[in-house]
Amino acid sequence: MTAAPTETAPPLPDGPESEPSYLAVESGLWSWLNTRDHKRIALMFYVTVLGTFLLGGTFALALRTELLTPRRTIMDAMTYNRMFTLHGVTMVWLFLIPSIPTVFGNFILPIQLGAKDLAFPKLNLVSFYMFLLGLATTVGGMLAGGTDTGWTFYPPYSDLTPTRLVPVLLGIFILGISTILTGVNFVATTHMLRARGMRWSQIPLFVWTIYGTSIIMLLATPVLGMSLLLVGLDHGLGLGIFDPAVGGDPVLFEHIFWFYSHPAVYIMILPAMGVISEVVPTFAHRRPASYTAIAASTLGIAFVGFFTWGHHMFVAGISTYDAGVFGILSMFVAIFSAIKVFTWTATLYKGQIVFSTPLLYFFAFLFLFVFGGMTGVAVATQSLDVHWHDTYFVVAHFHFIMVGGSVTAFLAAAHYWFPKMFGRMYSERVGLLSASAVFLGFVLTFLPQFLLGNMGMPRRYYSYPAQFQWLHVLSTGGAYLLAGALLLTFTNLALALKWGEKAPANPWGSRSFEWLTPSPPPKHNFRGAPNLDYSPYDYTMTDEEAHARAGQ
Amino acid sequence: MNQLLRTVLFLPPQASTVAQGIDFLHYSVILTTMFGATAITVVGLMFLIRYRARGPFRREDPDANPPLWAEVGVVGGLLSLFCLWWVIGFMQYVKIQVPPEDALPVYVTAKQWMWKFAYPDGEHTISTLYVPSGKAVRLMLTSRDVIHSFYVPDFRIKQDAVPGRYTTAWFEVKEPGVHLVMCAEYCGTNHSLMRAQVVALAPEDYARWLAGARRDAETSLPHLVTGGPPGETTPVPGGLPGPIEDTPLSVEEFAPATPLSMVRLGTQVAGDLGCLRCHTLDGSPHIGPTWAGLYGAAVPLATGETVLADEAYLTESMMDPLARLHAGFPAVMPSYHGLISPGQTAAILELIKSIREVPGRAPAPVAGLAPTLGPPPAGAIGQEPVRPLPVETLQRVPAPPDQPLPAEQGLPPPGRLPNPPPRLPIVVGGTPVVPPAPASTGGSSP
Repeated sequence: MTAAPTETAPPLPDGPESEPSYLAVESGLWSWLNTRDHKRIALMFYVTVLGTFLLGGTFALALRTELLTPRRTIMDAMTYNRMFTLHGVTMVWLFLIPSIPTVFGNFILPIQLGAKDLAFPKLNLVSFYMFLLGLATTVGGMLAGGTDTGWTFYPPYSDLTPTRLVPVLLGIFILGISTILTGVNFVATTHMLRARGMRWSQIPLFVWTIYGTSIIMLLATPVLGMSLLLVGLDHGLGLGIFDPAVGGDPVLFEHIFWFYSHPAVYIMILPAMGVISEVVPTFAHRRPASYTAIAASTLGIAFVGFFTWGHHMFVAGISTYDAGVFGILSMFVAIFSAIKVFTWTATLYKGQIVFSTPLLYFFAFLFLFVFGGMTGVAVATQSLDVHWHDTYFVVAHFHFIMVGGSVTAFLAAAHYWFPKMFGRMYSERVGLLSASAVFLGFVLTFLPQFLLGNMGMPRRYYSYPAQFQWLHVLSTGGAYLLAGALLLTFTNLALALKWGEKAPANPWGSRSFEWLTPSPPPKHNFRGAPNLDYSPYDYTMTDEEAHARAGQ
Repeated sequence: MNQLLRTVLFLPPQASTVAQGIDFLHYSVILTTMFGATAITVVGLMFLIRYRARGPFRREDPDANPPLWAEVGVVGGLLSLFCLWWVIGFMQYVKIQVPPEDALPVYVTAKQWMWKFAYPDGEHTISTLYVPSGKAVRLMLTSRDVIHSFYVPDFRIKQDAVPGRYTTAWFEVKEPGVHLVMCAEYCGTNHSLMRAQVVALAPEDYARWLAGARRDAETSLPHLVTGGPPGETTPVPGGLPGPIEDTPLSVEEFAPATPLSMVRLGTQVAGDLGCLRCHTLDGSPHIGPTWAGLYGAAVPLATGETVLADEAYLTESMMDPLARLHAGFPAVMPSYHGLISPGQTAAILELIKSIREVPGRAPAPVAGLAPTLGPPPAGAIGQEPVRPLPVETLQRVPAPPDQPLPAEQGLPPPGRLPNPPPRLPIVVGGTPVVPPAPASTGGSSP
């Protein structure tokens, strides 16, 4: 099916006159470690976050295995408590937050803007090494015993825990610095390095979401650093800012922690929405039903997301008035998300749709994100949240958004941009199979958890009443299926690196600007400075017309 | 219809007066979610089939957009629906947050890892909250250490218990019955074992319980004694309806059933029989004297005398606790005479003997030496708060070499616990209730 575009859109010849690709231009380990090329840094991030994904996934499988029986299965309570903490820390800060921005944002954003590189290439490399340092510190803390507070670090428990909290906090603090550096770079690049002729109203939608994400990173991450620093001082020095035994206030921590951590949810999901906003027009072969609606709702989510943190605290003893305000503000996030969902679906209307692995991931995303988002509306409804708060319903809800949304979009991006990044085609057949298996495994893992939450199963429970067991067994089975499907996915991609068919410059017949360059792109992306004064979703042109207009 | 939806969505029984209204909103939100997610995906798939690419790409038709009114209508309709849910949800939330004026007050104190309930007329119970059915009950919650959360799924209520402040929750149970309470805010190693139960009694039974509570809930309410397999939810003959919980009472119960040292067995027994609800093993003060450093120490008695804590005294304290009461502690411990086997008694003694030396504490005088009047033994009131240690600390305690376990002592049967179930309340008599201090400073009882 993917043959259709190439018939009418012959790729730019990768003849001998082409420059060497960014992969071939230099060789040797040092040429990677000391590179300033955004594409190479993106690949180094790629390898790193796949490693952390594997680590977090291993923790998840161990947790699910333990939950097969109501009592001890493979580990004791203390180990279990540490493991769910490390699963959360790894998946949130080491995988989900960096994943799409540092890998695909780094690689694609400058090309989509028609730039040679990010605005601050050295800063980009510094960000990578800060990430490695944070990673090493966090993993070192895990190896030294880890901590058992949950990834939320609620005091006073985090003040009192006998486990090694400080290395993990320090690691996350350093990761935050890396996040900020990356955010600065993306914002500066979007403002300063747009190609000749590119107006703000023509910026690719993926860039809009990365831009919105970067704004959140810049505004919220310092608050995370502050709250973690204070918890660390509380824990290490007995400062007691959050410890009521010496006059501190634990609820204050909940406020400042969620002031970061709720917007952090949008750090994780906005880039995913950006990927989807690229995939859908490409495979529908038409412009988005409303560019303005998608771009504006991106900024709307980034803005309103800062004013909803209190919905994590409906049962913490906040005033009913505050709870009402936070409840209605949370509904607006849902409306902005709904606008995006309808626009993507409407983009398929009267398109010329080519069915492929990234598009299959879009359909998985569509169902899971709408389901997860609507359950978000459910838990933002105060009286319902009282029953669901801190139960498996919430666990299922945010896994639908984080795994069903972000990870699914990450996989869509991994397939969609694979030919561009590596110059090879993956096996479409295995891709479709693995995407279906990921969806099934995911649903089997997390749908039972909604029912567990309805029954009243609290989260972070090592031992549980026997009536919950059969749903836990289903969920664990799903987790193994999901793990197998992910292994198949990455095996398919890894095999294609070496044995995949050689990819043309524009295998999908997309009009987005990154497909104007050869696959893989040369070191400086474009030949000269491209002229990108048209919409990246203009399918009234043919490929040749687009190349001519861009001067490529 | 209500019952059908409740069953399909796996919701627990609607035992409180507010539960049914909340569930109706739940049905509406969840059914919309399922319908909406399915509908949008089906529409997408229909577009995929209808508009799939056939042959070479055509140039895009620039006017091929769905009508604007469709999108505005859908988004506007959805926003109205969200706002409607918010209005209903907020009204219900205010209702479940604001207790009725005439509600019966109960003070709830959480600590790692137990719930304590104190009634205004001076009663305390641990792990079991007795309430009258058909009457609103107002809980005033606080915590002695970290944040906990009082969660009764059957009532659809949940409220954090925060150290240093009081929070409020209320409920009214419709019918007599037993309902599970779980801690919903992660609070440390045994978070998942921090469970309790609400026993709703008919008003006349509640009055009888209040009158007779002073001695023993079991004798004053014989028909409450329930039994049966774990997970049982049908009414037990002569008992109250509700699940019979086989809550494991200590992590030690998870330990493999291999031969244990006497010390390990003692730890397990102490957990199973509820000793560790009041006594600690790490020197931190609690309801009863800590066992750390107790053996061989000189124990000041309530009578003003002093006694050497040897095997005889410790055994006597298990069988007849009030005979020679440790000074500074409330007279609350029930007798374990007839409830604890000789082997278990020995195991507990070995456990106490094994933790004579606690880091940071002067070693207790060796047994047999003349008792000397030193500082009050570990656990006395007024000492500085000691941070709770994880249970695994127990395993670091210097233990005597493993002794093979005599076969006849065996392990407690898995699942059901020895009679009487330690979940029965330890009823405290006499002392007026003072709402416990929020911070973990010293002993809990006046």
